[in-house]
Amino acid sequence: MIVATGKSILNGIGIGKIKIYKAPTYDINMGLVEDVDKELARFEEAVQKAIDQQGVLYEKAKRDAGEESAGIFEAHQLMLEDEDLQDAAKEIITSQKRSAEYATKTAFDEYAQMFAEMDDPYMRARSADLLDVETDVLDFLMGNDASSMQGTEPSILVAEDLAPSETVKLDKSLLLGMITREGSSNSHTAILARSMNLPSLIQCKEIDDSWDGKMAILDGYNSCVYIEPTADLLETLTKKHDEDVKKWALLQELKGKPSATIDGRSVRVYANIGGPSDLGAVNENDAEGVGLFRSEFVYLNSKEEPTEEQQFMAYKRVVETLAPRLVVIRTCDIGADKTIDYMNLDKEENPALGFRAIRICLTRKPFFKKQLRALLRASAYGNLGIMFPMIISKWELVEAKAILEECKAELIKEGYKIGKYELGIMIETPASVLVADDLAEEVDFFSLGTNDLTQYLCAIDRQNAKLERFSDTHHPAVLKAIQMTVEAGHRHGIWVGICGELGADPTLTEWFLRAGVDELSVNPKSVLPLRKIIRSVDLSK
Amino acid sequence: MKEIKFTVTDPLGIHARPAGVLVKEAKKYTSKITVWKGDKSCDMRKLLALMGMAVKQNDEIIVQVDGDDEEACAAAIEKFLKENF
Repeated sequence: MIVATGKSILNGIGIGKIKIYKAPTYDINMGLVEDVDKELARFEEAVQKAIDQQGVLYEKAKRDAGEESAGIFEAHQLMLEDEDLQDAAKEIITSQKRSAEYATKTAFDEYAQMFAEMDDPYMRARSADLLDVETDVLDFLMGNDASSMQGTEPSILVAEDLAPSETVKLDKSLLLGMITREGSSNSHTAILARSMNLPSLIQCKEIDDSWDGKMAILDGYNSCVYIEPTADLLETLTKKHDEDVKKWALLQELKGKPSATIDGRSVRVYANIGGPSDLGAVNENDAEGVGLFRSEFVYLNSKEEPTEEQQFMAYKRVVETLAPRLVVIRTCDIGADKTIDYMNLDKEENPALGFRAIRICLTRKPFFKKQLRALLRASAYGNLGIMFPMIISKWELVEAKAILEECKAELIKEGYKIGKYELGIMIETPASVLVADDLAEEVDFFSLGTNDLTQYLCAIDRQNAKLERFSDTHHPAVLKAIQMTVEAGHRHGIWVGICGELGADPTLTEWFLRAGVDELSVNPKSVLPLRKIIRSVDLSK
Repeated sequence: MKEIKFTVTDPLGIHARPAGVLVKEAKKYTSKITVWKGDKSCDMRKLLALMGMAVKQNDEIIVQVDGDDEEACAAAIEKFLKENF
């Protein structure tokens, strides 16, 4: 048995024979050609085929791994369509009387070199994109078929490195795992592997051609691969693999299925996210929307106060990517335990009851307006919900709405398009529960923030370990507050959700449904397990 | 001729994907569109040339639009730049 180590992309196990994947070799005709027109026609045909292929790969990657990972193929398409690049290759064919293959390689390599020499690491990485599309054009010119390199049996693929276009062209049903010598955990290949739930090892320096055809186990949990494993090991890991597959399959079966009880009552299961980097998790876990997008990340990730443009870009990206699903973005919730230098907030004796969230926003109007303008502009790109935190009185809500309207009028005057959006508030203070009827008149939805609500209702600091004996997340007062909020919301015809941690508590799911909660927003990993519970409940009993 | 001055706020600068969409937008018009960064310039219809200028965050660019539809074209380009970069 040989054990080789690498960096694991995914906790999972792949068992099967090794297949060494070798990229085709390119023997390029360096000589002169007779028929220049024929070479020009061959070049144009191959480029057109490569452009068309990027469209197909885009659709395939979008299906396998989501829009975000597929974007690379859209960029490839635009590069292939570039006139300068095409002209450079054609010029080589015409003036130097060379083959279409030679012209493609020379022209594309030259552009790749230009990017490789730039200072900016992002731009340097684009040189790999050019080489990738160069390979596509050459494959069409030379009649190579990348997918045939994979063999016909299910196997663990071992390669030096895999370009995104190679990864996406692979037949998924024949893939048990991937091992590469190169690659980084943020490469497109790694992203695709993750979203396809494929155990993969990168930076495995010990890969060897002699492995070809041998039995192997790829152990993602321990970041290694066993070549010709012992019988004991094979048995143990086969068992583990079968359990994983069963668990995964059970949850995957729930993708695309409605979150509805046996007797037909449906509830929306949304995800809580902290930034655009969580978009992949929203799609992978099939969340029906985003019930809480914490906008703090735009403030916390920045040394200075973020501009309207920077905020707009982040909000737009999330709203646009998830459209037509609803994305509820909570306005700035800085203060209490989340402080930032540039905000110049005083140190407080009692920060949980202090100058925070909407209280800062209503006091520092220009600061608040920046965020509201960015949100309103993002509303044109999808289905947006705007949510104010820490509301205790109706006048706060009325004032916040007036500022929102002021921003809207300004933006319309400046020529911006503004879409439809829903407006809501967090219910996380006891006061807001008690005046919920008044507040409901002003908004489209309520979302219960159970973490703060529990802390304020019971006067219990959740961070204080000494209070554990007194703390009860299922305290009857909390449940009663939830019930009162739902009833007040429904009296005024608005929907009521839960976005606190309690929403994911499986022991309360049935209770929430009976109480009439319309939406549960939980961390992305809890979406499918929660859907499973909802589908097993029968409220008619 | 119309001229637009614009400072890039996107942390990645004028990068691949939105640059591609910008090129598509530019192709909708017949006017000649030239992008200047310092003393370097290129045709906005050409993606690789545009990416090759390596426009970064906080860089100022000047866009010159010259042609029959320059009014509409300049307005559209300015709006696009503001929303995407």
